[in-house]
Amino acid sequence: MIELLSGPLFKISLLVFTVGLIFRLVQYVRGLDWRLERVAYSHMGKAGVIGAIWSVLTWILPFGTRGWRTQGFATIAFFFFHLGVVICPLFLAGHMVFMKDALGFSFPSLPVAVGDVFAMLGVLGGVMLLARRITLPQVRFLTDRKDIALLALCLLTLVTGMVARFDLFAYDFMLGLHMLSGELILILAPFTKLSHMALFFASRAQLGIDFAVKRGGASRGPAFPW
Amino acid sequence: MPEGILCNRKPINTEEDLKRLLADKGGKQYYEEMKNMEVDVRALQNTLEKTCKSRTRTWLEICAHCSLCADSCFFYKANNRDVEQTPSYKINTTLGEMVRRNGKVDTEFMIRAMDIAWGKCTCCNRCGNYCPHGIDVGVMMSYLRGVLYSQGFCPWEMKIGAGMHRVYRAQMDVTTEDWVDTCQWMEEEGQEQIPSLEIPIDKEDCDIMYVLNAREPKIYPDDVQAAAMLFHIAGEKWTVPSEGWENTSLAMFAGDWQACADNVKAMYSAIERLRPKMVVETECGHAHRASAVEGPYWAGQEDGKAPVPYLHYVEWLANAIRDGKIKIDPAKKIKEPCTLQDSCNYIRNHGLEKHTRYIMSQIAEDFREMEEHGAHNYCCGGGGGMNGIGRYREERDRGLFMKLQQIRETGATLVISPCHNCWDAIRDTMEVYEVHDIKWSFLKPLILDMCIIPDHLKPQDEDEE
Repeated sequence: MIELLSGPLFKISLLVFTVGLIFRLVQYVRGLDWRLERVAYSHMGKAGVIGAIWSVLTWILPFGTRGWRTQGFATIAFFFFHLGVVICPLFLAGHMVFMKDALGFSFPSLPVAVGDVFAMLGVLGGVMLLARRITLPQVRFLTDRKDIALLALCLLTLVTGMVARFDLFAYDFMLGLHMLSGELILILAPFTKLSHMALFFASRAQLGIDFAVKRGGASRGPAFPW
Repeated sequence: MPEGILCNRKPINTEEDLKRLLADKGGKQYYEEMKNMEVDVRALQNTLEKTCKSRTRTWLEICAHCSLCADSCFFYKANNRDVEQTPSYKINTTLGEMVRRNGKVDTEFMIRAMDIAWGKCTCCNRCGNYCPHGIDVGVMMSYLRGVLYSQGFCPWEMKIGAGMHRVYRAQMDVTTEDWVDTCQWMEEEGQEQIPSLEIPIDKEDCDIMYVLNAREPKIYPDDVQAAAMLFHIAGEKWTVPSEGWENTSLAMFAGDWQACADNVKAMYSAIERLRPKMVVETECGHAHRASAVEGPYWAGQEDGKAPVPYLHYVEWLANAIRDGKIKIDPAKKIKEPCTLQDSCNYIRNHGLEKHTRYIMSQIAEDFREMEEHGAHNYCCGGGGGMNGIGRYREERDRGLFMKLQQIRETGATLVISPCHNCWDAIRDTMEVYEVHDIKWSFLKPLILDMCIIPDHLKPQDEDEE
């Protein structure tokens, strides 16, 4: 089973993930329409580029925007969780060994202890997000089953990975479950709101361009005070 | 009944239709007919297919339901954190649902969507500043309004407003003759204070072409006179067009994109005819949005720019003070604590905050910022057409409370509001909440009171002659 999960299934899910998200990005850009959105994409120049980069950068920086600064708990939860789910798959030492084996290349890996910290932050952040979804009326009201399911799937992947990493119990089963849930995330990404892994950058950049090119960039400068 | 006599999918194009609709006091029959108006599903599907593209669909899809937009919305706050006022909820249960069902929605759905698009959102775009994914619900609401309008589901006053633009090229029934007469009248009356005052009509090759809100000639002609005096004092070479002078757009609030485009084109053709170097616009927020921000796109300008620069009044005034064309008498500066209402349409959505701040630094001794200001200001509560719609008066009045609180927190006794909608909303706030110790004003009358009028412009004393 592990062989199947670490071999062909891994490759298939990675292919679905990569091709799927690239397709979504291409479709996004192809669907942009200067008349409908009323944004002069073809005349955006340097201001548009700065606006796009600024819009992405300030929002991926913890407390980088007023929005993040006014929402202490949510911001900490978001960043802990996302640090975990972005750093761990890409840079954990164990993952890199696996990746080298499966794909023939890998990224530089983090020291094991540092990787453990990111994994724990991810779990903590995920639990905080879940708590926020359940306890805050305005979030609970908007939350649907899919929101919970996707968050639970991410948490499952993180937790099973840690249980296996520390060999707490049922190593093979946990590793199998970890791989399965991780691959499920990859496969679901292009078809669910997990697509924000790629489309976040597209959407943020677009709004940055909108403000830089049309909504005040000429007077305020391309960097909107997010 | 597929369509009503008054409530239907056809825009108002004749004076006769307009009068018939106006005669239906409060839209009583109009809303009754709406209850039975069928949705043209095929047309709706066609509209969605042609106009709901990747940006909107992506926004609807990737919304994380995190509710970070809730606190950004003044309606949410003013309604005791009512979860149904969360921007994400408002758009997902209307446009989102419509897209998911591919337009297969019924009359009841459309009326509910209308009540949200116009009654629970002013398209102030503040939520767009607070969404990590960069989802601008205000932009989507505005789009939804267009979709609803195309199906005839639009508040009575908005249908009338869009019709006014179609029939009169103005938001009110001000004809070219009325407008020209008002200019002449205000010129003559103004000559009592400044004998050489002129309101030049259709003068070619001036530096400035002035455009304004139809309410000014119709209800506040003094404002036209004040603008003329300030241009005159500043020594500007300026004119007004006899046609293409109206820069507001109730059509934008209504979602009548064709009327929006026609209005902008009328102004742009006046530019072509009179060849001014720039256009200066009156103290109106949505008018600036409609003619200088969105307008170029409606007129088909691919670079998103108007044929000549469009300066909102605050930008012209800031420049005039900076260049010494308008000199403020230091003794007459505003002494009482005052604050400034930032219009969403030209501050958040067009970045003119530095001009208003410069003006305040020059005219007020005790200027106090509201806590949320500039690009992060809250809507006055009356934007997006909200001030004018009787059906949502209760909703609007509740929303106004946010602004009142903000003003109160500054301790100001004067609110400067260089925007018609904000001005109205603040006036109504004081009335609704029975506040008697706070005044409000446009900039023009204040500046006129405190600027130094050069001696050669003053009336000569007859005895001395």
